[in-house]
Amino acid sequence: MASIKDIQQDIIDEFDMFDEWMGKYEHIIDLGKSLPLIEEANKTEDNLIKGCQSRVWLHANKQEDKVVYTADSDAIMTKGIIALLVRTFSGQKAQDIVEADTNFINQIGLKEQLSPTRANGLVSMVKQMKLYALAFQSQN
Amino acid sequence: MLDVSKIRQQFPILHQEVNGYPLVYLDNGATTHKPKVVIDAIQQYYEKQNSNIHRGVHYLSQLATDEYEASRETVRKHFNADHLHEIIFTKGNTEAINLVANGFRTLLTSTDEVLVSAIEHHSNIVPWQMACESSGASLKVIPMNDKGELDMKAYESLLSNNTKVVAVNHISNALGTINPVKEIIQLAHQVGAAVLVDGAQSGPHSHIDVKDLDADFYCISGHKIYGPTGIGALYGKEEWLNKLPPYQGGGEMIATVSFKETTYATLPHKFEAGTPNIAGGIALKTAIDWLNDIGLDNVMAYENELLEYATQELAKIEGMRFIGEASNKAAVISFLVGDIHPYDMGMILDKLGIAVRTGHHCAQPVMDEFCIPGTIRASFAVYNTKEEVDRLVEGVKKAQQMLS
Repeated sequence: MASIKDIQQDIIDEFDMFDEWMGKYEHIIDLGKSLPLIEEANKTEDNLIKGCQSRVWLHANKQEDKVVYTADSDAIMTKGIIALLVRTFSGQKAQDIVEADTNFINQIGLKEQLSPTRANGLVSMVKQMKLYALAFQSQN
Repeated sequence: MLDVSKIRQQFPILHQEVNGYPLVYLDNGATTHKPKVVIDAIQQYYEKQNSNIHRGVHYLSQLATDEYEASRETVRKHFNADHLHEIIFTKGNTEAINLVANGFRTLLTSTDEVLVSAIEHHSNIVPWQMACESSGASLKVIPMNDKGELDMKAYESLLSNNTKVVAVNHISNALGTINPVKEIIQLAHQVGAAVLVDGAQSGPHSHIDVKDLDADFYCISGHKIYGPTGIGALYGKEEWLNKLPPYQGGGEMIATVSFKETTYATLPHKFEAGTPNIAGGIALKTAIDWLNDIGLDNVMAYENELLEYATQELAKIEGMRFIGEASNKAAVISFLVGDIHPYDMGMILDKLGIAVRTGHHCAQPVMDEFCIPGTIRASFAVYNTKEEVDRLVEGVKKAQQMLS
């Protein structure tokens, strides 16, 4: 499994191909559409992160020493960013997730998506992903 | 007839590019932009008049006081109120409603009822919920129909001798519905209830005549009528304002103070504790004068034209769903397109330089009623143009193409 840093670099390279926002947005939308959905059973109130604008469901479970995330959102743009975050963090070691930064979102020019003022639930989602990792880490 | 290009020239903020496109600002329901004269009035105040009001004997203090009180007179005239002391300056519409609702905490009892409508902004729901919570009174909701109009039959049947307050907006921020407030007030008065009209959205679009309406309370926000943020006005009938206890304690609102007993100032100062937003108050006068110079009849006619044109053009888009189709409607269009989430649509419109509001518009109960997560809302002002409507329509089509 590639490291978090490597995956983030891949994503940055991938987005470098687009000169304009429209290409980037279309790519995000495609990613959103292809995100493997969270299992309906995990789309519970407990797993719901309420943003003002869009809603996000996040589920995490531990497989050996790795954390596996599944997630969903009712907005496709949000879902696209979720796809990037899941791709980066899912299947990684808990400690690596806790220590990782999410600056790559800024570097691909989608900084506004991770801004607290967007109120799309993504900032809380990143926090929640790290909290799960932290909890799993302390179980070890 | 309005010369819109001349009006636009007076708004410096409109002449800029956003994300590489000329700005199209259609979020006027949230706040309107300010004409140069209003911006100048604020600057002029700080450069030439700044002093604390109502307390100094010196020249500047007197000057600032005169200007501030002249604004109160302008608001009085604008509201067609009888008395100057029936106009209370607040920091906005929300504070005005809180001032009244907070006062009613002591007047309401556990058998009393407060009616709000199903199409209220949170600011005309939550203060009343708080008043009910502390007094034990009950909150009842006037329902709406599928078009987003209030069900007046249901309203009549909700009214009883237990009804003490009815709080409704003049125009719904989420749907644009113009409510029949005169009739609502007449019916409420038959059972002896007081009526508060939330005029946040009507301020920029229509005449306000508290005498004709016979409103007990009516409030507006300055920033939604081309004025500054942090200033608003509340009209209250003298008899009601005298019945309500003060809202906040402090300087300005007192007659005498000792550690044993404090007596309160007379109206309007009883409700104006502390140093107010003096610059805002003064510039509010400029904004109201500016609006009246254009003429509210002209504004209404022009905005109606924009509303009709936008509705007609947006309706041509496949999958277009208007949320709120009241027969009497202000220049606000809430809509959804197919299954597209309003947030996604808003993100793409923003990238195209088009500012709209997305989400629940601080009116979650309205969205729940329609079983939707929110809407995209385009709300118009007197400086908007048909070309901007065309840009919106093109933007929505582009977003639809990207998102489908």
